[in-house]
Amino acid sequence: MLQRRATIRSSSGLHARPASHFTQAVAATGLPITIARAGGEGVPASSVLMVMGMALDHGEEVVLASESTEAEAALEELVALLETDLDADS
Amino acid sequence: MSLTTSPALTGLGVGRGVAVAPVAQLRPAPRAPQDEAAPADADAAAAQVASLLTGLSAELAERSAQADGALAEVLMATSAIAADPALAAEARRRIEQGTGPATAVTEAVAGFAATFAAAGGYLAERVTDLHSVRDRIVARLLGAPDPGLPALDRPSVVVAVDLSPADTAALDLDLVAAILTEEGGPTGHTAIIAGQLGLPCVVRAAGVTELTDGTLVAVDAAAGTITPEPDAALQESYRLRAQRSAALDADQAPGATSDGHEVALLANIGTVEDAARAGSTPAQGVGLFRTEVLFLGRQTAPTLEEQVTAYRAVLEALGDRKVVVRTLDAGADKPLAFAQQGTEENPALGVRGYRLARTLPEVVGTQLDALGQVARSLPEAERDRLWVMAPMVATPAEAREVAERARAAGITRVGVMVEIPAAALRAEQILAEVDFVSLGTNDLAQYTMATDRLRGELADLLDPWQPAVLDLVAATARGGRQADKPVGVCGESAGDPVMALVLAGLGVTSLSMSPGSLAAARFALRRHTLAECEAIATAALAAPDAPAGRAAATDLVAAEVRETLGL
Repeated sequence: MLQRRATIRSSSGLHARPASHFTQAVAATGLPITIARAGGEGVPASSVLMVMGMALDHGEEVVLASESTEAEAALEELVALLETDLDADS
Repeated sequence: MSLTTSPALTGLGVGRGVAVAPVAQLRPAPRAPQDEAAPADADAAAAQVASLLTGLSAELAERSAQADGALAEVLMATSAIAADPALAAEARRRIEQGTGPATAVTEAVAGFAATFAAAGGYLAERVTDLHSVRDRIVARLLGAPDPGLPALDRPSVVVAVDLSPADTAALDLDLVAAILTEEGGPTGHTAIIAGQLGLPCVVRAAGVTELTDGTLVAVDAAAGTITPEPDAALQESYRLRAQRSAALDADQAPGATSDGHEVALLANIGTVEDAARAGSTPAQGVGLFRTEVLFLGRQTAPTLEEQVTAYRAVLEALGDRKVVVRTLDAGADKPLAFAQQGTEENPALGVRGYRLARTLPEVVGTQLDALGQVARSLPEAERDRLWVMAPMVATPAEAREVAERARAAGITRVGVMVEIPAAALRAEQILAEVDFVSLGTNDLAQYTMATDRLRGELADLLDPWQPAVLDLVAATARGGRQADKPVGVCGESAGDPVMALVLAGLGVTSLSMSPGSLAAARFALRRHTLAECEAIATAALAAPDAPAGRAAATDLVAAEVRETLGL
């Protein structure tokens, strides 16, 4: 199992627009990826409802994980995405 | 056609207009049947739900591409929700356990909605998006038309349980003759929008949603009555009233009593489009520009540049007339996504209006900077055309802080709203700090009478004719006379022509209202002297309660005015 830690950098947290941006990127990888709070249970990272439902705030740490051995590059990209302020580009 | 006139339905009227037109019902969303049968083929049912969700998501994405701004964002977010595999999977799980498809979708959505609601704040607002997905999918599963309003092909009376801001935004206003709702209050969203557009409106009208589509109805907003299938005589009398009110509209002179005492008549606006509409009326300016309306539904705080553009557009639409800008009045019933306060036990008494400067000083600071930039860019002679006031100020110290910050930003005319009884009682001290005050009578009544503005069943307590509320208006006007500074009224009560006379009599110097109410107020003022207005005010203040005050004041109104305005 591959795991990567990331800190949410979107200024208003991982809410609607940043969340849909992120989940679309996950879906685009086509890989099974989960997102969890450190020590918490993972949910499918491609689900905007699950991800929004976590109500992740700015500055919170999360763990991305995948059973796929090919997910290394994808996880790195997703970490970079979470650590960008997705609210800032409007 | 029936020759007899059916008994009228009644509710609370907004404005003075009349209309005769057929009913168009805003269709409520169908619910899943209570005892929906288990699907014969669970797999096929789950696949149908999944394909409806995918189809809806694609439609919403397409509509989002054609929209812009906040609406585009909401549509895109809703599209993403409909496409979420977790939603289809939740519905499938329930269908496989023997739940009917419409019920399965309803329950799946309810599960996510509960999580969102529990998270509160921003996420709780997204529950609306989830519900709009549910309503459309359930309607399609049941073979019902999409919820909402059918496309109008002629002027119609729009009828609904209540109208959400989204419903109102979707209306083709050129074809709306009147609005009727079962719920909502006289100061609620629907009433304010209708007043602004000059549309006859009756809220809290029991039974209207049972009228059949296409039924001809006669609506009288002044009386708050709706007559289904009106006879020829009634239709003719409404036509005459509409004509008379058009004649009132033709009078475009500045507001004044018959003996020349000036009372400026101004318009309340919320958007650049409202400003353009107000600019085309004889309003002497804008007495209340609700800036938060520009930013409702926004996910991020508007930038300085965006604000400068919007404020400049509003000033341009008004030519050389004055514009009183109210700084953001977020909080309580007007949550802004970018100015979330967390959950408050008592939002009406919490961080709202100018109090935002304590928790989000940068939001307030950016707005004052934007307004200052616009003021400084005006030619010297025109700089005083931009007035800026802060809402929810309670003390002279707060008023001083507003004045210092606004003047430092470059604003020359600074004022505060009087909505809190403390501010009304100390108006003279507050006016020592600022250039003007403006009474928000809706909030002043709410805080004086300890009555939530959104509770329709308490509307009698919220009545602006409550003598205690008028006492506070009188105290504020007295403070204004002592300081020799303007005291305006920008609450909806200014739009009641009898109240306009009372306010003029108490010494209020300007009245700001929905543009649709200006003509009646102008006409009423012109038919009375200042001394007569003072006598009408004295009678209202002497009354034991609100209905008696209104009756006593109305008795003293000139007969010609009572007849013409249907008082």
